[in-house]
Amino acid sequence: MKTDRPFLVSVIAVLIGLLTADCCSAAAPQPPSNVVANDRPNDPGQAIDLEWQLSPGDTGNRESTAVLRYRIQRMPGLPKAEENQDAAKIPPPPEFEDVGDVAYSKTSFTDTRCERGTTYAYRILAVGPDGTVSKPSVEATATAVRQWFNREKGWYAVLLGIVCAAIVGNIFWARRGRALWLRPIPALSAIDEAIGRATEMGRPCLFIPGIVDLDVMPTVAGLAVLGRVAQTVAEYDAELIVPTARSLVMTAARETVQAASLAAGRPESYQPESVFYLTDEQFGFASAVAGEMARNRPAACFYFGQFYAESLFLAETGQSVGAIQIAGTSEPSQLPFFVAACDYTLIGEEFFAASAYLSREPQQLGSIVGQDLGKLLGVGLLALGVALVTVQQLLPDSTWIRSANAFVQSVLS
Amino acid sequence: MKRTIPLLIASIAGFVMVVAYFIPLTETWGDKAATWFSILSAVALVLGGGNLLKVHLHTISRQRAGWGYSAVTVVAFLVTVFVGMLKIGVPPSPDFPGHPWAGAFDAEESAITWTYDFIVAPITSTMYGMLAFYVSSAAFRAFRAKNLEATLLLVTAVIVLLGQTYAGVAVSQFLTGVMPASITNNTSWMRFDKLTVVIQDVFNTAGVRAITIGVALGISATALRVLLGMDRSYIGSD
Repeated sequence: MKTDRPFLVSVIAVLIGLLTADCCSAAAPQPPSNVVANDRPNDPGQAIDLEWQLSPGDTGNRESTAVLRYRIQRMPGLPKAEENQDAAKIPPPPEFEDVGDVAYSKTSFTDTRCERGTTYAYRILAVGPDGTVSKPSVEATATAVRQWFNREKGWYAVLLGIVCAAIVGNIFWARRGRALWLRPIPALSAIDEAIGRATEMGRPCLFIPGIVDLDVMPTVAGLAVLGRVAQTVAEYDAELIVPTARSLVMTAARETVQAASLAAGRPESYQPESVFYLTDEQFGFASAVAGEMARNRPAACFYFGQFYAESLFLAETGQSVGAIQIAGTSEPSQLPFFVAACDYTLIGEEFFAASAYLSREPQQLGSIVGQDLGKLLGVGLLALGVALVTVQQLLPDSTWIRSANAFVQSVLS
Repeated sequence: MKRTIPLLIASIAGFVMVVAYFIPLTETWGDKAATWFSILSAVALVLGGGNLLKVHLHTISRQRAGWGYSAVTVVAFLVTVFVGMLKIGVPPSPDFPGHPWAGAFDAEESAITWTYDFIVAPITSTMYGMLAFYVSSAAFRAFRAKNLEATLLLVTAVIVLLGQTYAGVAVSQFLTGVMPASITNNTSWMRFDKLTVVIQDVFNTAGVRAITIGVALGISATALRVLLGMDRSYIGSD
């Protein structure tokens, strides 16, 4: 059979054209709608938050969505009027520039590279899976403004202010001669006993001020306790070993021990080499201290500061050499290890009260009373929150209880 | 003056950090204070390295007990500093091919990375693994039922330990299967795994939160004493 070749080619070409028309000339997606731009609250004027409604083609499903991502563009506002006075220096009009992309199904973006006081116009383009780009959305404008106070932290500031006022008030009250009573803390009372035992046995005392640097408060609190321990050690003419895991802590600990020796009236008892640096490595430090313990067999070990997994390593080694061990840390996860392996452990705020407790100075003791008042305030707020939640369960329709509960939660969160 | 200047620096830096937390404009001040601290730490590291050498060389020269360990420490320290400072094994940076020293010191092929990956990391892991034995010995002492509190601790620990193991769950299931349905329907909460969840979520969480609140208040009080210059023992003066 004879075939009309040009006709066949034409038919095939038409068929290919029909088949490929749908995939190669896909319609561009539609842009998102209701684009809103707002200055980010509680920031120094460096960010603008954008929100929008999804493009109609954005199904949220990777397989079927007509939008793969959204391209965010911005244009800085026109220059200020005074900069436009010289016509010769008029800069070219600003253009939209890309500032970020977000994936499909997302409806927000924060532009964190804004200049304070500048107004920006934003528009968003939807980009399809094949790279086709929609028309730009309607523009939204916003100005990055600086806020002077972070209002999200307002209640926190109020509570902090109350606690600080209670502490300072009690400090000044104590200075004026008010008698203060503190419950006895066995761990702190045992410090003198432990140093006395070490002196009698002719063995050294070992003090570890944590394994972190001087920029955290537990290390500072640990060094404060070191001062009291070093003074007693100097008074008893015992030996003190202070291995450190940070160079700065070593420097500060040396100053502390030297001043404590002076305060004890025995400056000659200070030995700079008794305070030394080992290593920053957590387990390297623990191994080196364990070696020191095994060789020097201290009769009293003190652990005051921030500790992590090495706490048990240290305390168990100290236990194995028969030392009296007293520990204090702010890390709740390490407290069980110290409780299990040490003779005495300071829990929670007791550790931070140790320096004031040992000093017996009225002004420092006053701060502990203020701290307790802060605890009372916390307990009161917690009790109020528990009561409100309970009442809300009993009276679910009461809007007053619901709003009071929400208010207390906003204060505490 | 020797005490006053450090006190002033500590107070100013502390107040800057507090202000930076509440006032957005000063957020960067806190970052700058942290940067200054990092610089100080880096400088102090030289002091630390010097002290390390001095202490251990002293121990070696006097042949005190354990001087062999000191020798190992000194050799390890010097080798690490040597391979790190000289960038041994570091490939040249593709951005600066004409400068052979421009590569990153911690590149994957570098000797310092090899040292870390094949010496430091295994030793550290070994030390961490040894904690299991320390936990066992500490638990053995702590869980002796000497009095009521210790007995409560022992019972709680047994429940939590069993509740987190397959054996505990299997025992619970076995007992559930053996007991009559009238009993098991009302006592399913007594399974070890469920009791463990209750102990951890209710009692343990409450205790940890109470300690955390105490710690937060303690930190506030200590920070205030330090910032106001009332507690100076950390710089060696009352």
